[in-house]
Amino acid sequence: MTRVTVKTTINHRKYELAPDPNQTLLDILREELGLTGTKRGCEIGQCGACTVLIDGRAANSCLVLAPQIDGKEILTVEGLASDGRLHPLQESFMDHDAVHCGFCTPGMLMSAKDLLDHAPHPSEEEIRVGISGNLCRCTGYVQIVDAIHDAAERLGKKERIEN
Amino acid sequence: MPHPHTIIGKPARRVDALGKVTGTAKFAEDYSVAHQLFGKVLRATQPHARILRIDTLKAAQLDGVEAVLTADDIPGEKAFGIVIKNQAILALDRVRYLGDGVALVAARTKEIAERASALIEVEYDPLSVVSDPEEALKPDAPKIHGDDNTFVHHKVRKGDITKGFAEADFIIERRFKTQFVEHSYIEPEAVLAEPLEHGGVRITGSVQNLFSSRRSVAAALTLDLNKVQIIQSTLGGSFGGKDEVMTSMCCRAALLAMRTGKPVKMVNTREESFLESYKRHPYVMEYRWGGKNDGSITAMEIRCIADGGAYASMSPFVTWRSAVQATGPYYCENVKTDVYAVYTNNNYTGAMRGFGSPQVNFAIESMMDELAERVGKDPLEIRLQNGFERGALTATGQRLNHTVSLKEVLTRAAHEIGFQEKWSRYRNAPDGAKKRGIGIACSYRGVSLGAEGADAAGAIVSVQTDGSVIVSAGITDMGQGAQTQMSQIAAEVLGISMDRVQFLNTNTSGVPDSGPTVASRGTIMGGSAAKNAAETVRVSLIAAASEMTGLPADTLDLREDYLVDASTGERLSTFSELAAECFRQGKPLYGFGWHKSPKTSWHDEEGRGEAYFTFVYGANIAEVEVDTETGKVDVIDFVSAHDVGKAINRNTVLGQFYGGAAMGLGYGLLEEFEIEDARPKQLNFDEYLLPTSMDVPRIHPIIVENEDAAGPYGAKSVGEPTNEIAAPAVVNAIFNATGKRVFELPANLERVLLGHALRRTSDRGAVLKDSANDAESCKTRRSRE
Repeated sequence: MTRVTVKTTINHRKYELAPDPNQTLLDILREELGLTGTKRGCEIGQCGACTVLIDGRAANSCLVLAPQIDGKEILTVEGLASDGRLHPLQESFMDHDAVHCGFCTPGMLMSAKDLLDHAPHPSEEEIRVGISGNLCRCTGYVQIVDAIHDAAERLGKKERIEN
Repeated sequence: MPHPHTIIGKPARRVDALGKVTGTAKFAEDYSVAHQLFGKVLRATQPHARILRIDTLKAAQLDGVEAVLTADDIPGEKAFGIVIKNQAILALDRVRYLGDGVALVAARTKEIAERASALIEVEYDPLSVVSDPEEALKPDAPKIHGDDNTFVHHKVRKGDITKGFAEADFIIERRFKTQFVEHSYIEPEAVLAEPLEHGGVRITGSVQNLFSSRRSVAAALTLDLNKVQIIQSTLGGSFGGKDEVMTSMCCRAALLAMRTGKPVKMVNTREESFLESYKRHPYVMEYRWGGKNDGSITAMEIRCIADGGAYASMSPFVTWRSAVQATGPYYCENVKTDVYAVYTNNNYTGAMRGFGSPQVNFAIESMMDELAERVGKDPLEIRLQNGFERGALTATGQRLNHTVSLKEVLTRAAHEIGFQEKWSRYRNAPDGAKKRGIGIACSYRGVSLGAEGADAAGAIVSVQTDGSVIVSAGITDMGQGAQTQMSQIAAEVLGISMDRVQFLNTNTSGVPDSGPTVASRGTIMGGSAAKNAAETVRVSLIAAASEMTGLPADTLDLREDYLVDASTGERLSTFSELAAECFRQGKPLYGFGWHKSPKTSWHDEEGRGEAYFTFVYGANIAEVEVDTETGKVDVIDFVSAHDVGKAINRNTVLGQFYGGAAMGLGYGLLEEFEIEDARPKQLNFDEYLLPTSMDVPRIHPIIVENEDAAGPYGAKSVGEPTNEIAAPAVVNAIFNATGKRVFELPANLERVLLGHALRRTSDRGAVLKDSANDAESCKTRRSRE
């Protein structure tokens, strides 16, 4: 198969890659770049374990083909913490025991980040809709919803302090 | 001098949470090494057939292929099984379900392995298929193993049911059915097997019960147990599901690794996982109760048939728990229970969270509401009237000599949501498109393995010379929080903060065989072992402290990372200094702890015994809204009350409450792995429906704590009880709303609206169940296929 050239930014770092055009973003992350934080769960876009942000919006990386990331900015769970500090979502997930087996966690965090970046003060219903594409078998979602609420508050406070 | 707990009972962060939120946690598929090969299984294309010929030549000749193996290449035992060793690692001369492995390939890439497996030629001679457990009981049914499909019969006998039914004012007789359920751990199965120096093999993977998998690998490869090392990777959920399916993957990967001399990685796709993995048992349950007009129960006659599928797996144990708990926590003098497991050509069935209790609880708790209805009482009243109290004699003749908190959990749950008021109001509500209902269910559950077998576990607490601590144990963490609970217990005993503790993932070569992490035994068994281990180290540390300070040992204590004078609380040294001093004195900083459960007993023939050393009690209440035009049921409120003995970590206990309820609601309303003519209908999450964040309501948790002498700090169990009564609570709520009872799970739209399931044809349109069952339509369906 003819390889394609793809220029992309992943976790704030620029890459020029030469993948097979039928390679998925999930495969590129996991197999080519060793970014195994993004998980493979169903490979048909149902479980959400492979969720990453593409230009700031949540997407199932198992459904995205290599040429589609050309010129895009990708953020994975590995890029969520910045300057050695955890993202408030990461802190609140740990505090609320929203992490059980942890396999859905990376995808859940990325969906939650998309939500909070676009709706900083979400209602419970909005949070539930925001993570409805991410299956979790352990938690019953209760602690995850609480953690996202809490992260929204922490981010709000941070914003006020910075202003 | 006792002082209040500083860590036990508090909501500590999980010890493994940081890696899981940053993406550094390594799950099985995240392990890769240089020069690894990819292993692939060729599975059966017939659900029941003799294998006439396997030709691997073309596959073996493909460039990049390093090994193609069949059952002939297994040097040792070709089959495994915890109870009955009849599950082949690779099919010998026959396949018995579509998940059976026939041949293995190891190749340089996944793609080559897939191409090679497609080149393997297998010639089958199809045999008659049996896919219905009641059909499988008939004398002329195709036989799956030997000459009888019934491979388990457990009985419980108490009193005299003839006399009991004669005393009854009325008899209630009902038939219930439950479905296959997929565990649906979000992480599919994966392992990496590496040949070791000295002729051994190391397997890193998503294995729940490392020691039983290790036994089978060693037997298959004719290796001693000390040459087979299984290390648990961070496990992405299991729920009882990563046992035998992982044993076979471990055996297969190890065979390929030993044959090629190279590391071999194997990963199931979700479709392979659905196809091969075992499920929760479907049950057919016939319940016949004799009742008095005052609401008491004079006799219970119970007959259950479990579909064991193609292999024995854990069926003998799963069905035993069903038999022991089949009457529920209710007084009845006369009981006759028979539980059977039968082979079919379906996916084999085994352990899944609840382990034989969710099925019978659905029947028992539905029956209880039917009884209430018959005598004109409300569902809470009837349960309080018949429910066990301390000193009660169970159906198996066991006297309950611990705090029996059944009535406490029932009344606290009912009070939380105003059960009785809502129940009467909804019952008398006028007809409308949307109707509300509320339902209650309760249970008692034997803790740990009980009389299933040896029940003991070990743990190691190793203090380093800088005062940091390593804890390891034979009990594994699959996401439930076992590592955190054991770390908390060790930290409590040593008087240190949690951030000093590092927990190691379980390695079979580093810790003693502690049995499986099943049966909600993690905290009670592993926690007790960790407590014993930490206490051993503590004695050593205090002895060193006494020598160092010249003060008597009994005046010293360890608190908040310091050695203190127990009476004044004066700080004498840091924990780190004490650890270094202990090392200088040549005293051990290492403690091994072992815990063996109290005695239990079982008499097969008499059908009675002291089945479990203690029990837990729980009650769930579901409030629903039923759309009477579509049959859709929304759960709008939920109460979960469980006596856990003592909550070691409040947060992880709540996590079990919520997650257990969600899984129970999936069981009650959504989930069904359908098998038709031994062919599965769902192979991924597009068609197998799990509850999403939109389906699970807020859950009101009520943690009840009656400390039990059998557990560490009084702790008992929480994982399974929280999962086993949500479904009947929902079904009872649907009855309260509509006046119609659902007798088959799940209570999906068609069962709620029509009273029975719809079945899909091969071209995926729905047909009515009854017409689909007649011979004519079956024929049409087959010809279309």
